[in-house]
Amino acid sequence: MLEKGTAGGAPGGKASGPAPGADDGYDGPILGVFLAIASLLALIVAARTSDPKMQVHAFVFLAAFLIGGFALGVRHYGGLVSDKSSYMFGVVKAGVIASMFWGLAGFLVGLVIALQLAFPHFMYLPDALWENFGRLRPLHTSAVIFAFGGNVLIATSFYVVQRTTRARLWGGVAPWFVFWGYNLFIVIAATGYLMGITESREYAEPEWYADLWLTIVWVVYLAVFLGTLLKRKEPHIYVANWFYLAFIVTIAMLHIVNNLSMPVSLTESKSYSLFSGVQDALVQWWYGHNAVGFFLTAGFLAIMYYFIPKRAERPVYSYRLSIVHFWSLIFIYIWAGPHHLHYTALPEWAQTLGMTFSIMLWMPSWGGMINGLMTLSGAWDKLRTDPVLRMMVVSVAFYGMSTFEGPVMSVRAVNALSHYTDWTIGHVHSGALGWVGYISFGALYCLVPWLWKKKRLYSNALVEWHFWISTIGIVLYITSMWVSGIMQGLMWRAYDQFGFLQYSFVETVAAMHPYYIIRALGGGLFFIGATIMAYNLWRTARGDVSAREQAPAGGLAAAPAE
Amino acid sequence: MLNRHEILEKHGLLLTVAILLVVAVGGVVEIAPLFYLKSTIEKVDGVRPYTPLELAGRDIYVREGCYVCHSQQIRPLRDEVERYGHYSLAAESMYDHPFQWGSKRSGPDLARVGGKYSDAWQRQHLIDPRSVVPESIMPPYDALDRTPLSYADIAKRLKANRAVGVPYTDEDIEFAKKDLEAQVNPFSDDYDAFMKRYPKANVRDFDGNPSEITEMDALIAYLQVLGTMVDFKTYEPKENDR
Repeated sequence: MLEKGTAGGAPGGKASGPAPGADDGYDGPILGVFLAIASLLALIVAARTSDPKMQVHAFVFLAAFLIGGFALGVRHYGGLVSDKSSYMFGVVKAGVIASMFWGLAGFLVGLVIALQLAFPHFMYLPDALWENFGRLRPLHTSAVIFAFGGNVLIATSFYVVQRTTRARLWGGVAPWFVFWGYNLFIVIAATGYLMGITESREYAEPEWYADLWLTIVWVVYLAVFLGTLLKRKEPHIYVANWFYLAFIVTIAMLHIVNNLSMPVSLTESKSYSLFSGVQDALVQWWYGHNAVGFFLTAGFLAIMYYFIPKRAERPVYSYRLSIVHFWSLIFIYIWAGPHHLHYTALPEWAQTLGMTFSIMLWMPSWGGMINGLMTLSGAWDKLRTDPVLRMMVVSVAFYGMSTFEGPVMSVRAVNALSHYTDWTIGHVHSGALGWVGYISFGALYCLVPWLWKKKRLYSNALVEWHFWISTIGIVLYITSMWVSGIMQGLMWRAYDQFGFLQYSFVETVAAMHPYYIIRALGGGLFFIGATIMAYNLWRTARGDVSAREQAPAGGLAAAPAE
Repeated sequence: MLNRHEILEKHGLLLTVAILLVVAVGGVVEIAPLFYLKSTIEKVDGVRPYTPLELAGRDIYVREGCYVCHSQQIRPLRDEVERYGHYSLAAESMYDHPFQWGSKRSGPDLARVGGKYSDAWQRQHLIDPRSVVPESIMPPYDALDRTPLSYADIAKRLKANRAVGVPYTDEDIEFAKKDLEAQVNPFSDDYDAFMKRYPKANVRDFDGNPSEITEMDALIAYLQVLGTMVDFKTYEPKENDR
């Protein structure tokens, strides 16, 4: 009984091919007409706008649409329409490459802004507003969350949904539209930040027209995912897909409501939020916290539910726990937003609700952790021999740690100290680097040999190097932020013997200096680890195997590095 | 009951609808009441919409991502009230589209920075923060001092704000451009009309360069009004207990 529900969709049904894609046929012409109309709109905006930044973006859109139309034509007339009787893995490959590219870019920008905080004297150029911290920080957060994380989610969801339904992706060319459309959104967002185009809503900074574009892409994404689920050959929908579905549906809801705004005009980039002040703050943190809950948690839990059982060659620990923790997680997460607004002008009843649900959230979070970790029952020995599996297991451990830390920090009394300090930054990074980063790396290490049809990775020893270098990096990062955050919080509230505030604000800034250097060092190590990974994956895709790890006899090549 | 879960696992659309219903609850219960509970925003005297110049300055504040390092929200904790001033009220940001409360203090809170420093200090600090605060880690904003403010569309900006609920009048919008220019020139003919529309507004050349209106003018005008609007002499905290 235990595994009944999941058995149907046991990861990677290899027995037979997918259901043929009879649904596509009109997909090419529809996309062609859409691109033609969109090009025309972009051209009109480019011609009519008096806002130079908007003009740049109108031309970027126009170029993208024209290239898209050209590619569509080549595909159609060049006879490149792929074999519809097999899985659609080309788009997954593209997603893997994009993930790696954006990951490196995002980590590097993170390192740059960490250095800016540590060494402001020489990390800023005169007369260059574009490289000031205020513009680069959204570039970093969007690059790692949406560019890296988003591409990992799109790539893995397209892979997993096909494998677990034994159906080819629905929609013909639509998955490619999702991939390129999403990456166009990333380019618009990133170039916008550098030019100073922002709504100033954390993790939702892109302006109204980028938001509209993402809405179109997201609706198609939902259609492709749901369409594939509906034509599945398996009777049950596998648990990973529940999480992907919750991620796609909820992000759509959050994105639309949080980005409601009034543009100054249809040819200008600037807009003003529909809500103001206290209502705006809660809408934004309802969004912001659930970008964490549904983008960075539900989506990556889906990855956990497919890749860990697959890699460990064990079934998911408990089907019952999957159900209970899935529904409780998605129900409770939504309420947790107000813990970002403790002691603010938000009414106290809302703060209390947010705090209460944040504490309750601990349980479903750990339900997921237990389900992930215990999947290794009977396969714990693989942690010794398989560095990729170890990376994913450590990822789940980080998930457990940060989902415990989060509820602690949501308690109002703790939050009075932690809020506005680096403790929050450290908390975010234990989740982002440890959980999201490592589960993504694990999935990418799995996917590259599978997709490029290679027997193994180029080098397991390099995975070991990656693992240890970036783990040391994460530890340096989060411990330095704990110390600096708690220290700064305590310094702000310190009183001297006469009852005066003991420290001026800038004294607390000066005290952060050594920790900012340690943090930058940690971020640098994490970045180095990722470059090792990129090299390893590139050699793997080429089909190379490290000379040292060429199998002798007996196939015991996967011995751990010394 | 868990056996019934099979129904959801076998019907993709049903699963989608169920997810949407489950995730909608929290937001509806927490957010919707903020729009109709009258106690959400306190009753105060003095809060007015931003002048056109302040609004333009605010747009620069948003553009440069100042909110990334500076909060605008003083919590009712002893040390914060002593360091920054009266704790922030919801009414003080009721015309803020979007809010700028922030989430991190790499620099100090700015909710009540208005009037704390001179214009000249603000300008020098923005041009080269470390020339006045050696330990500062803030980026330099010297470019603002040289960039003329672009305000051809200022009336449209006020109009967009009115569309989302800021009570600008037709007159405010009609004279937006004149008002913007009047605020940096105490000797202009439009002074009286401007002061009537925006009582107690600061009128002076903010960046010390009367020959042109720069982005620096606008940003300093915005910083100097922050947290100065509410008349705390008439504010009754007990009446506004939430």
